Amino acid sequence: MLATYAPLVGLFVLAAGFALFSVTAAPFIGPRRYNSAKLEAYECGIEPVDQPLSGGRFPIKYYLTAMLFIVFDIEIVFLYPWAVANDQLGVFGLVEMVVFIATVFIAYAYVWRRGGLEWD
Amino acid sequence: MNDSPTLADFGQDVWWLVLIKIVGVFALLVVMTLFAIVFERKVVARMQQRSGPNRVGPRGYLQSLADGLKLAFKEDIMPALADRPVYFLAPVIATIPAFLAFSVIPLGPEVSILGQRTPLQLIDAPIGVLVVLACSAMGVYGIVLGGWASGSTYPLLGSLRSAAQMVSYEIAMGLSIVAVFLYAGTMSTSGIVAAQAGDNRLDFFGLQFDGPSWYAVLLPVSFIIYVIAVVGETNRAPFDLPEAESELVGGFHTEYSSLKFALFFLAEYVNMVTVSALAATLFLGGWRAPWPISIWDGANSGWWPLLWFLLKVVAALFVFIWLRGTLPRLRYDQFMRFGWKVLVPTALVWILAVATMRTVSREADLSSGEVAVYVGLPIAAVVLAVLLVASRKSNEPTRIAAVAAAAGSTNPTEPEVLPPVRTGGARHRPAQRSGPARAEGGFPVPPMDLVVPPSPRLASKEPVAAGAPVASGRRRPSPTPRKDSDDA
Repeated sequence: MLATYAPLVGLFVLAAGFALFSVTAAPFIGPRRYNSAKLEAYECGIEPVDQPLSGGRFPIKYYLTAMLFIVFDIEIVFLYPWAVANDQLGVFGLVEMVVFIATVFIAYAYVWRRGGLEWD
Repeated sequence: MNDSPTLADFGQDVWWLVLIKIVGVFALLVVMTLFAIVFERKVVARMQQRSGPNRVGPRGYLQSLADGLKLAFKEDIMPALADRPVYFLAPVIATIPAFLAFSVIPLGPEVSILGQRTPLQLIDAPIGVLVVLACSAMGVYGIVLGGWASGSTYPLLGSLRSAAQMVSYEIAMGLSIVAVFLYAGTMSTSGIVAAQAGDNRLDFFGLQFDGPSWYAVLLPVSFIIYVIAVVGETNRAPFDLPEAESELVGGFHTEYSSLKFALFFLAEYVNMVTVSALAATLFLGGWRAPWPISIWDGANSGWWPLLWFLLKVVAALFVFIWLRGTLPRLRYDQFMRFGWKVLVPTALVWILAVATMRTVSREADLSSGEVAVYVGLPIAAVVLAVLLVASRKSNEPTRIAAVAAAAGSTNPTEPEVLPPVRTGGARHRPAQRSGPARAEGGFPVPPMDLVVPPSPRLASKEPVAAGAPVASGRRRPSPTPRKDSDDA
């Protein structure tokens, strides 16, 4: 069974080799002209703002989007096997799935209502 | 249809055939990337009445190869604030999944390579499409880590935007293809292509005919959602917010140079080729010939399907480029609202509608015509009613304002009073201006009693003596020298 995926490993090795070779070779192929200003963060010519370690704080919106992504991604994970097997599951499977999607939809409507989907 | 490979045909190849296929997929992706970049520049140039690249190679088609080589000989900058190992590895992490995602795309039927019969596809599995989804999700890591490790503000913002955008539109993309699995009954890509092979007998109340078998036609809503979602997923215009030049310089790859930058670029275009190929596989019949060609018996065997497949991919790429040449970039809040409030609920409702139709028609043993009338029409009516209510609800403030305006404005706008302008001489005399004209309703309208003033050109021609040529509007030098200039 897993032998089916053996070519995938081969492609992985080829792609990884190509990418690693590129990033490793780049400093040696290109010229090197040291300039301290060149190594600073690019901020369109103004004095760069010091970055706090590990990126600092970012808006809560991004965490919320990530949480919503997990909820819906898990819903998708449940939807795929059902979609493939729908013709064997019949009415029972359909009703089950309607109940499941309705449950997620309630949460979705709640998030919408509370402004969780507004960006700004 | 005996050329159509099944799952049992995979994993049987000898080792050198596997190697040929691996190198073939890799080379195809690199060549498609080089082609796509030049193609994009040429098409956009044509749309903007320019020539585009036309110097390097035949008709300029080697331009991106030259650009890639040039990038290799540029200085590789490691920013002082960068997190070195992550900064170094991020382009690699972005590139590898981009290549892996293409491995499950079927390029053609069983062909003969050096005497061996083998399907023209690297791997296939019962969960084939999941490989593509998994790889596209992994690609986000490269972008996020690259932006984060740069130690700079613009890349960090760009990578955050990119991550939020890609996960949001991945939901819509994942939901849009559920209906395809429902119809095909499998997630293997070769199985989905076989399911679109075109034995779709329709029976409309006794009238029998061959229906279209592409899922783009059978499941139009899924197809439209998929197309929109992958444009967001691949960060392409009009959804190219992570690289919005006017806001974020270059987005997550602002600090990258040389071959590391080239790898990010490569990954982006390989992703574009992959989602185009997936669109062709899931919705446009895969490698099977489109209708007028499919009349010819040999169209779906041998190496010909590779050509049909590549034509479909190039057509999909053209749509990407067309969008970029046509549409302005969205604002970020509009973009996120569209993804979460329009695409996701539409996709969910569509899945339920498709599943209901399919289950009811199978349980009640209806013909396709009866399904269309008894199931399709009620569902369409319900969806339309919901859409109508929703749109009236969301347009409520506008409607109220319009009604108020029609009934006479509640607070008419006073004409704007301009402060007197100091005149600085005859040349600076201000034009006669008044406040903007307002109708009763409060909306500005152009003046209704507008009188077009006589053309100054006509006025200057008045003194011209009869018989002098007047065809040209330009004033000609007088045929006879004037008296006063003679005296001077």
